[in-house]
Amino acid sequence: MAQKVLMKGNEAIAEAAISCGCRHYFGYPITPQTEIAAYMAKRMPKIGGTFLQAESEIAAINMVIGAASAGVRVMTSSSSPGVSLKSEGISYMAGCDLPALIVNVQRGGPGLGGIQPSQSDYFQATRGGGHGDYHLLVLAPASVQEMAQLTVHAFDLADKYRMPCMLLADGTMGQMMEPVLLEESTAGKVEKPWALTGTGMKRKHNIINSLSLTPDELERWNIDRFKRYEAIERDEVMYEEYLCDDADIVVVGFGIAARVAKNAVKAAREKGVKAGMFRPITLWPFPKNALYERSKTAKAFISVELSMGQMIEDVELAIRCSRPVTLCSRVGGMIPSPAEVLASIMAADEKLKGGK
Amino acid sequence: MVKITFNADRCKGCGLCVSACPKHIVALDPKKINAQGHHTADVADKAACIGCASCATICPDCVITVVKE
Amino acid sequence: MATVFERPHSLCDVPMHYCPGCGHGIIHRLVAEAIDSLGIEGKTVGVASVGCSVFAYNYFNVDMVQAAHGRAPAVATGVKRANPDNIVFTYQGDGDLAAIGTAETVHSAARGENITVIFVNNAIYGMTGGQMAPTSLPGQVTQTSPYGRDVEAVGFPVKICEMLSQLDGPAYIERVAINSVKNIRAAGRAIKKAFTYQVEKKGFSLIEVVSTCPTNWGMTPEKAMKWAEENMIPYYPLGVYRDKYAEKK
Repeated sequence: MAQKVLMKGNEAIAEAAISCGCRHYFGYPITPQTEIAAYMAKRMPKIGGTFLQAESEIAAINMVIGAASAGVRVMTSSSSPGVSLKSEGISYMAGCDLPALIVNVQRGGPGLGGIQPSQSDYFQATRGGGHGDYHLLVLAPASVQEMAQLTVHAFDLADKYRMPCMLLADGTMGQMMEPVLLEESTAGKVEKPWALTGTGMKRKHNIINSLSLTPDELERWNIDRFKRYEAIERDEVMYEEYLCDDADIVVVGFGIAARVAKNAVKAAREKGVKAGMFRPITLWPFPKNALYERSKTAKAFISVELSMGQMIEDVELAIRCSRPVTLCSRVGGMIPSPAEVLASIMAADEKLKGGK
Repeated sequence: MVKITFNADRCKGCGLCVSACPKHIVALDPKKINAQGHHTADVADKAACIGCASCATICPDCVITVVKE
Repeated sequence: MATVFERPHSLCDVPMHYCPGCGHGIIHRLVAEAIDSLGIEGKTVGVASVGCSVFAYNYFNVDMVQAAHGRAPAVATGVKRANPDNIVFTYQGDGDLAAIGTAETVHSAARGENITVIFVNNAIYGMTGGQMAPTSLPGQVTQTSPYGRDVEAVGFPVKICEMLSQLDGPAYIERVAINSVKNIRAAGRAIKKAFTYQVEKKGFSLIEVVSTCPTNWGMTPEKAMKWAEENMIPYYPLGVYRDKYAEKK
């Protein structure tokens, strides 16, 4: 695809996955991401790929485990409650060092919640979601172009580091339509000598397993895995900055919150307030070094989220609690408006100037 | 001519071979203990073995090999 | 010189951790014999489950993945869809297949996935110390049914072969047992047929093997074989429950 095409966010993920060699999709319907499954149902049979609607989100993630074990690019998608169901499977994938893409198009929660957008699975995503010591590489798109681009990037990173990756979108990203340019991946194909392809009677049998009843062996597996995570934290951080260089107040947000925040920052500048926007693109690894640098010159931070305050903790940790941080948020499917974020910025500015 | 061998290291003394043998020539030796602490199975009268491999069939641990010369 | 009986090549030459007299050792060997006889060791991929047989990945000379409790048929589906030329089997106990994994069991059968499921039914949860299984018999004493399984309170056992045979999806379903040399040989033939059906792309097969757990039944291995014959087989009758490709007589 050399030209720009108008696509829905959910469908852009699916098409991008196909463009970088994913030929296996296992999923289950749940609003607001069912379009991904529906798109794959139409596309995969036409290109000799697998589309399978599993009996549950649990079955789907386990089918992903099987295909990933067999050495192919594979993905699943779901939304918040369905991702909770996948959490054991995700932990197994981390413990087995299996690459794959898991897409979460977040909806309101907790419980059955609502079908409108949220960002309240931030903790679940960045803290792993399942049990045990591990991380998921978490990418947060803020446009339909990024829905596509970060899907390809996620597959490349998953293969490079042998781990599951999550694309953490929200319902707005999934449903909105914008022009997309799909590009070929520039990453080389990764050899997978560990994959289960059959010994061919030529090699020792491969075993993919996360169980060890020998504590020092299990400890070694964990420590080795975290060494890879250190490399990721050093080399794979992604973020975007807008007018942060001279900003007194930095607004931190990802996904749809960042889009809203950017408008509010522009409006604040028009009112003479030096605001800037910092948009993490990798939520794990969180761009803590870059944000810490900003805390040396900025005087206050605002975390804009569609949650009761989850990313705000990482903001506070990143800046080592050196500056005041306030939360500007809506939940339940509500989206903060530019006016609400602007009001937060103006309030923070007031406070800095010694007002109430 | 039937040759039957028991790998005593793998035997867990479960006794299934003893009850399966149609000639009743397999027994757990009370004087023998392997490294795992089991009394291991063997055939004392090897010439009486008819090579039916019933013992080997019911053995869960592949202790027994049967060869016909 | 002809070998009458020896360890099959696809069964690793290592000691197995199973209790003395456990049915798993016999059933593992029957699976390995089937793989050997069909010459498919080089292209077989196995899915180990959670239970006493969790270490199955150490015992078969084939590529293996260890699946979460109950999910082996879903994992097997993923492996098979990724590489359809591989022969894929699962090896599961009664908790794995008939409790937590019931949905995965039913749906992989309904979809007619071209895989082979080996279901070991010993009416108890062995690995965790002898709790009641979905297949524990009425009145059976276990750690979590210390006064005997009370069907009024906790219902009746689940009969997997009977249930799955109602579906149009599966190709071949048979229940066998390993309580006697005769039954072991018949079980071996059924397991080989199940793998053959997969090689011939005939679809989903499941072999339920009525087995024993001497340790948690509180019996000697020999007595356990007898108990299986007298109590389990009458409740779980042996035989072919479904064979789409059976020759009409």
